Amino acid sequence: MDWFDSWALTLAVFIPLVGMAIVLLIPKAEEGLIKVVTLLTTLVTAAVGIGILANFNLDSGRLQFTANEEWIKVINSRYHVGIDGISLPLILLTMLVTVCCVIYSWNHFPEPHNPKAFLALVLLLETGMIGTFVAQDLILFFIFFELVLLPMFFMIGVWGGPNREYASIKFFLFTMFGSAFMLLSFLAMYFLSKVHTFDIVILSHLHGAGIVHGTQLLVFGGMFLGFAIKVPMFPFHTWLPDAHTEAPTVGSVLLAAVMLKLGTYGFIRIALPMLPSAAQSWAPWIGLLAVIGIIYGALCCLAQRDMKRLIAFSSVAHMGFVMLGIATLTDFGINAAVFGMVAHGLITGMLFFLAGSVQERYGTREISRLGGILTQAPKLGWLLGFSAMASLGLPGLAGFWGEFPAILSTYEPKLPFGLWDGSAGTLATYRTFMVISAIGTVLAAGYLLWMFQRVAMGTPKPEFENAHIHDLHTEEWIAFAPLLLLIVALGIYPQLLFKMTDLPVTQLVNGMTRALGLG
Amino acid sequence: MNPHVDFHAIAPEIVLTATILIALLVDLIWPEHSRAVVPRIASLGVLGALIPVITLINDGATRSMFGGAFVVDNYALAMQGFFLVVTYVTILLATDYIGEGDYHQGEFWVLMLTSVLGMLVMASSRDLISIFVALETITIPTIVLAAWRKHDSKSNEAAIKYLIIGVLSSAIMLYGMSLVYGETGSTLLSNILVYGRFHELTPLYAVAIFFTIGGFAFKVSAVPFHFWTPDTYQGAPTPVTAFLSVASKAGGFVGLLILIRYGFWFSHEAWEPVLWFLAAASIIYGNLVALKQTNIVRLLAYSSIAQGGFILVPLAVAYQAGVVSLQAVVIYLCIYAAMNLGAFACVIAAARRSGSREIDSFSGLGKTAPSLAIPLTIFMFSLAGLPPFAGWFAKFVMFRAVLEAQTPAATVLGVIAALGSVVAFFYYATVARKMWFHDPVDDTVRETRTPLGLNVAIGLCTAIVIIVGVYPQFFARIGEWAFPG
Repeated sequence: MDWFDSWALTLAVFIPLVGMAIVLLIPKAEEGLIKVVTLLTTLVTAAVGIGILANFNLDSGRLQFTANEEWIKVINSRYHVGIDGISLPLILLTMLVTVCCVIYSWNHFPEPHNPKAFLALVLLLETGMIGTFVAQDLILFFIFFELVLLPMFFMIGVWGGPNREYASIKFFLFTMFGSAFMLLSFLAMYFLSKVHTFDIVILSHLHGAGIVHGTQLLVFGGMFLGFAIKVPMFPFHTWLPDAHTEAPTVGSVLLAAVMLKLGTYGFIRIALPMLPSAAQSWAPWIGLLAVIGIIYGALCCLAQRDMKRLIAFSSVAHMGFVMLGIATLTDFGINAAVFGMVAHGLITGMLFFLAGSVQERYGTREISRLGGILTQAPKLGWLLGFSAMASLGLPGLAGFWGEFPAILSTYEPKLPFGLWDGSAGTLATYRTFMVISAIGTVLAAGYLLWMFQRVAMGTPKPEFENAHIHDLHTEEWIAFAPLLLLIVALGIYPQLLFKMTDLPVTQLVNGMTRALGLG
Repeated sequence: MNPHVDFHAIAPEIVLTATILIALLVDLIWPEHSRAVVPRIASLGVLGALIPVITLINDGATRSMFGGAFVVDNYALAMQGFFLVVTYVTILLATDYIGEGDYHQGEFWVLMLTSVLGMLVMASSRDLISIFVALETITIPTIVLAAWRKHDSKSNEAAIKYLIIGVLSSAIMLYGMSLVYGETGSTLLSNILVYGRFHELTPLYAVAIFFTIGGFAFKVSAVPFHFWTPDTYQGAPTPVTAFLSVASKAGGFVGLLILIRYGFWFSHEAWEPVLWFLAAASIIYGNLVALKQTNIVRLLAYSSIAQGGFILVPLAVAYQAGVVSLQAVVIYLCIYAAMNLGAFACVIAAARRSGSREIDSFSGLGKTAPSLAIPLTIFMFSLAGLPPFAGWFAKFVMFRAVLEAQTPAATVLGVIAALGSVVAFFYYATVARKMWFHDPVDDTVRETRTPLGLNVAIGLCTAIVIIVGVYPQFFARIGEWAFPG
C-alpha cells in the first residue's frame, strides 16, 4: 500500500475537482446523471477517507500520508500535504457532511434550481476544504483557504434568500480583509525565520526562534485577523448571521459544519506552534473575546425571530467555547477545542438541515409563525429537539465533550499542562472566564429550549392549521442518519475522537513549552 | 568610424519595421483588399518578430551596441517577447471590431505596430535619448489611435486629452532629462549610474530625477498624472483601450524600470519617496474611485490605475529589496497583461451582444451567455487577486518584495496595498454579481455570434490565468530569467 500512503491525500483533495469537471461536461438537461456523478464523486472521496482512517497509525506522532513535491520553486513553496490526528477528524467530517449535503439536496434544489452549477460548486468547495486541512505549506494552505470563498460566494448570491446580495458580498469582503493580512503574516514568517521556507512542519519546529517578541506579536496579529474572521470571533462575527440566514440550506450546513473550522484549525496548526511566545501574550485577549462571544452570541440568540439566524448566533457562542479552549494553551483545552469543532460541525450542521426542512414545509423560519411541529411532523419535531439538546451540551451527546472540558481547562491553565507558571493574575483571569462561560451554557440551554418550545410544542398557528405537512422524506433520513449516529456515538464514547487528537495536541503543547523554556 | 551594428540583436525591430512598411504598401496598392489582408500581415509580422527574439534567447549572450546605449540582455528579450505576445492577442481581439467599422483599416494596424516598435526599442534602450525616442514612438501613434473613430466626438475628446497631457508630461520629462545631463554630463545610463554611486545627491539632481519620473508616471497613469486615463479609455475604441491599458502601459513600466535600475539606482533617496507616493496614491485613489463607476470601461480604467499602483510598489522598495522586486515587476506585468486583455476581450464580446458598455447591461449574462460570463468572472476575480487565479501570484510577489525590504516605509506601503486590494474586491465582485445574481434586464441581443479571434483571445487568456494560478512557476521563471538572483 505504499502508493496509497503517498497518494491518498492528493486523491482526497482532487477527486472532487475531477468530479466537478465531469459534472461541467454533462449537458444541463441530464439532471439525473449530474446528481449520480456528484454523489459517486463524494462517495469515492469518502471511501478514500475511510481508507486513510483504516491505515492511520494512532500511535505515531509524525505526519502521515505525506507527499512533498516541488511546486513553486522560485518562492521555495512546495506541494506538501500530510495529516495528523488533528486534521484527520476534520477531513472525515468534511467528507461525511458533503455526502449528506448531496443526498439532502437530491430533490430539493433551492431556486433558481440549476443542479449542475450548484453541485459543481459543492464539489469545488469540498476540494478547498479538504485541501486546507491537509496542506503543510503556508502558500498551499492559503490557496485552499481562499478557494472556498468563490463557491460559497456564488452559492449564497445565486441560491440565497431575499437579502442574498448583501450577505454574499459581506461574507466575501470580511474574509478577504482577514486573509490579506494573513498572507502578509505568512510572508513575514518566511523572511523572519532562520530557514526561508513556507513549510508548516519546519516553521512549527522552529517555534519562531530568532524573531523578536514585538515582531512576533505583529505577525501573530495578522494571522489572528485572518483566522478570527473565519471562526468568527466577536467582534468580527457580523458577516456570519447574514451569510447563514441568506444561504441555501446546504450552503449553511457546509459553512457551519466545515468552513468555520478552517479558522480554528488555522490557530492550532499555524499560529500557535509557529509563534508560541506571541500566542502566550495574545491568549488572554483571545480568551476574553471568546468569552464575550459566548455571552454576546447567547444573548443575541434570545432576541432572534428567525430560526436560522438563531442557529447562526449560537454558532458564534459555540465557536467561542472552541476558542476559549485554544486560548488556555493547555493540552486539555486544545483537545476539547478539536472535539468541539467536530461536535459543532455535526450538531449545527444537523440544526441547519432541520431549519431547511422546516422552511421547505412551512415556507417560513419565523419562530413566531411556527408552532406545533411535533403534532404535524413528529419525527421532524423530535429530531429538532434532539439536536437542540445536543447543541446545548447535554451529557451523553457529542456537544458536551466539546464544551465541558473547554470550560474545565480554564480552571487551571498552567504548567505542566499549559504554558503559564501559574501566576496569580493569569489564574484569576482564566477562572473569571470559566465562570462567565459557564453562564453561557445556561443561556444556551435557555435559547435552544425556548426555540424548541416555540416552534415544536403547542399547537400549529392558524395559518398552518390545515396545511398538509409531510414528515421526513427518505433522502432526509439517509442524510441525517450518519450525523445523528455520530452525535450519539461520540457522546457516549468520546475516546473515539480524543485518542486521535491527544497525541498531536500533547506534542504541540510540549513543543511550545520547550520553546518558551518552561519545560 | 562606422558604429558596429549587430544585426541579429536588432532583428526583431527590423522584422517589425519591414512588416509596418509592407502593411502600409498593401493598404496603398490594394485598398479594396486591405480589410482582409492587413490584419493578417500584422499578426504574421508580430509572430515573425518573435523568431529572432527566440533565437536571441537561445543564444544567451548579452549584446551591447552604440556605446552601451542599446543593450540586448535577458530583461530586454523577456520584455520584447512579452510585448510581441501581448500585441498578438490584441490583434486577435481587435480584428473584427476594426473590420466592422467604416474607418481606415490599414492605418490602424500601421499605427499600432509602430507603437509596438517603440516598445521593442524601449526594452533595449540604455540611454536617456533613446528612452525618450522610444517613449514618444509608443505614445504618438496611440494618440492617433484614440481618435480613430473620427466622427465620434468622444473619441476626439479622448485623443485631445491624451495629447495635451502627454505633451505636457513629455516636456516635463525632457526638462528633467536635460537637468540629469547637466548634472552628470552624460545621457548614457551606465555613466549616470556611476555618477550616482560616487556623488552625493544634490537638490538639483533630485529635482531632475523627479521630473524624469513624472513623464513615466503619465505613461503608467499613476495618480496624480492619471487625469487623461478614464476619459481616454472610455472614448477610444475598446481594442485601443485594451492596447493602451496593457501594452502601452507596460511600455511605460519597462522604461521606468530601466531608468531606475540602470540609471538612478544609487540615488535612491530621490526616487524612493516619489515612487512610494505614486504607488500609494494610485492604489488609494484608483480603488476608491473605481467603486463608483457604472461603465465597465471606466471601471477597468480606474482598476488599471490601481493595478499600476500595485506594480509601482515593488519598484518603490526596489533598492532595499533588490532583485526580488525587479522580478516582481516583470511577473506582475505578465500576469496583469493576461487578465486585463482577457477582461477587455470579454467586454468587447459582451458589447457586441448588447451594444452597451454600462455595467448594468451585464445583468444576467450568466444566464444568457455563460460562455462569456464565466471567463469574465475569472478575469475579475483574478484582477482582484483571488486564488486559484493568476492574479494572486502577482499580488504575492508584490508583497514579497515589500517584506523583503523590511523598512517601515515599505511595511506601511504593504498595508496600504493590502487594504487597497480588499477594497478592489468590492468592485470586481460587483461585475460578477451583476452577471450571476441579477436577471437580464434587456433581451434585445444585437449579435450573438462571438468572432473566432475574440474567442481565441478569451480562451488563451483564461488558460493562462488558470494555469499560472495553479502553477505559478511558469511565469516566475520569466522573472527569474530576466533578473537572475
